[in-house]
Amino acid sequence: MKTENQKAWFFVLPVLLLVAFNALIPMMTVVNYSVQETFGDNVFFWQGLDWFQQILRSDRFHAALGRQFLFTFLILIIEVPLGIAIALSMPRSGFWVPVCLVLMALPMLIPWNVVGAMWNIFTLPDIGLLGYFLNHVLGINYDMTQDPIAAWVTIVTMDVWHWTSLVVLLAYAGLVSIPDAYYQAAKIDGASNWAVFRFIQLPKMKTVLTIAILLRFMDSFNIYTEPFVLTGGGPGNSTTLLSIDLVKIALGQFDLGPAAAMSLIYFAITLLVSWLFYTLMTKDDLN
Amino acid sequence: MAKITLSKLRHSYLSTPKSDSDYALQEIDLDWNDGGAYALLGPSGCGKSTLLNIISGLLVPSEGKILFDGQDVTALPPDQRNIAQVFQFPVIYDTMTVYDNLAFPLRNRGRDEATVRQRVMAIAEMLEVTDMLDQKAAGLSPDNKQKISMGRGLVREDVNVVMFDEPLTVIDPHLKWKLRSKLKELHQRVKATMIYVTHDQTEALTFAEQVVVMQLGEVVQIGTPVELFERPAHTFVGHFIGSPGMNILPCTLQHGAAVFAGQAIPLEGPIQGEAGGQSEIGIRPEFVSLADHGVPATVTKVSDVGRHTVVQCEAGGCRINAVTEGGTPAKGSSVHLAFRQDMTRLYVDSWIATAPAADKQGAA
Repeated sequence: MKTENQKAWFFVLPVLLLVAFNALIPMMTVVNYSVQETFGDNVFFWQGLDWFQQILRSDRFHAALGRQFLFTFLILIIEVPLGIAIALSMPRSGFWVPVCLVLMALPMLIPWNVVGAMWNIFTLPDIGLLGYFLNHVLGINYDMTQDPIAAWVTIVTMDVWHWTSLVVLLAYAGLVSIPDAYYQAAKIDGASNWAVFRFIQLPKMKTVLTIAILLRFMDSFNIYTEPFVLTGGGPGNSTTLLSIDLVKIALGQFDLGPAAAMSLIYFAITLLVSWLFYTLMTKDDLN
Repeated sequence: MAKITLSKLRHSYLSTPKSDSDYALQEIDLDWNDGGAYALLGPSGCGKSTLLNIISGLLVPSEGKILFDGQDVTALPPDQRNIAQVFQFPVIYDTMTVYDNLAFPLRNRGRDEATVRQRVMAIAEMLEVTDMLDQKAAGLSPDNKQKISMGRGLVREDVNVVMFDEPLTVIDPHLKWKLRSKLKELHQRVKATMIYVTHDQTEALTFAEQVVVMQLGEVVQIGTPVELFERPAHTFVGHFIGSPGMNILPCTLQHGAAVFAGQAIPLEGPIQGEAGGQSEIGIRPEFVSLADHGVPATVTKVSDVGRHTVVQCEAGGCRINAVTEGGTPAKGSSVHLAFRQDMTRLYVDSWIATAPAADKQGAA
């Protein structure tokens, strides 16, 4: 009979430990909190699915979720077409290529809280460059600490400024990988610029764009630092996105149970949307 | 369909070319007859793709003109020249079906759907792709993709010339032959002028009626496959075409005769022009035979290539190949090589310098 050597399992052990400590154990802790009530001192009372019910029925959660979807929708609808347009207008070869690439990469290199602080100062009505210009030169009443619309315009603009580059760089990578023969064939076939975009460039960019949209969806859906530094969720609750609300419940009110249940729901939504999107986008490739 | 004339054509990729070597394409004057099958043959980087792109209009030449049926098209963009080009890598529109791919050039030109359908069906039948018309083009095998990109060129009824830029490069060997005969068949059916660019002599010689051989941006010879084989105008054509290529043997000229390895070698005919430069004898291995007398040589290698045997010899410090059938000498043995006189050419500074013997010329 063949003797089985089980030593190979040792090779898997480091990965197992790593995943356990940075994902499984923290996750299970959250699960643990989400079904119990605690008043400190490590005393827990079984609560079942009460917290989940409470969160799912709460108007506050619905409102934050709605704002979250609105924010993600807005930035995707702006960043993806804008990113493609910028990538299309960038040079494909020559001296300006590295210049454009570095300029594009710059916003992404800035830490998130610095971006928030920068835009905060930038938009201050009396001393910020943009705020002063809008209020005192153009005469538009703009103050994001008072006006929800102004606050929304600011956080969306900030995200567009910070992250459109990611879409640009990925779309550009897709574009430069298209062999010249495609453009030459299209010229000979008498294709218009629109047809070249629709039938050559867009299909060839599809894979990288799927990744770009997926990354932008996940990042914007989980965004915390920038709006927290910029508006702190205000004025009122007008820019309180899911993550900001979550932190308020967990660390502000110290409601660990509901906060844990909310995190799990939040996680499930992110996962579900990402999965749906990816499955739909790659459905054709599998056939 | 059209006759294509290249007039004093020259091209450089530099904006201010100074010397001849700055030109990727040396001056070319050439006529391509309506409905002919031509090949442009040469090694990589010899300028054949440059020439092709100039004809298709993807590249504007630095100097000279291109005429289609006497009409100057030098400044016209590709879509107005009514040409078709098939590229090395099959270009297909992934998201479209095979039918839509074939219909694309017609729809871009605003033809009505009835005409489109009729043309697409005709071409699909010719290419034997009728059963794939509803498939997504992305899923096809490389040879079928290449057929579709060919079909996109042929689908237009007014096409002047179809150009192939090494179209069989990515095709599996066993399908290459099939696709090549399909091409030949298509040429006979559609009667369009076809230009086939390749570095593969077999492809060029089997496809074309006339082969244009290029080297270093220069056309060195234009001729039928037989002419290229029998009377290469340039030593480059001699060793580029043929397997193994022509034997090129440095020689000296004494009193109008060529001397190699101390032996006078009888040439096909009289030497023409100034015999001032470097002279070489050119003889194809097929016309070198092992004999009782002739140039003494030592056998260095014997390779059996199937139908015949290639005997590699050394004589006068040169390697000479002979193609023989039947009994072969052992490696290391001493032999004598005889050159068939009417196939022995003299080259001066790489260009042919002998004329065929007078009586042969009269007969031809």
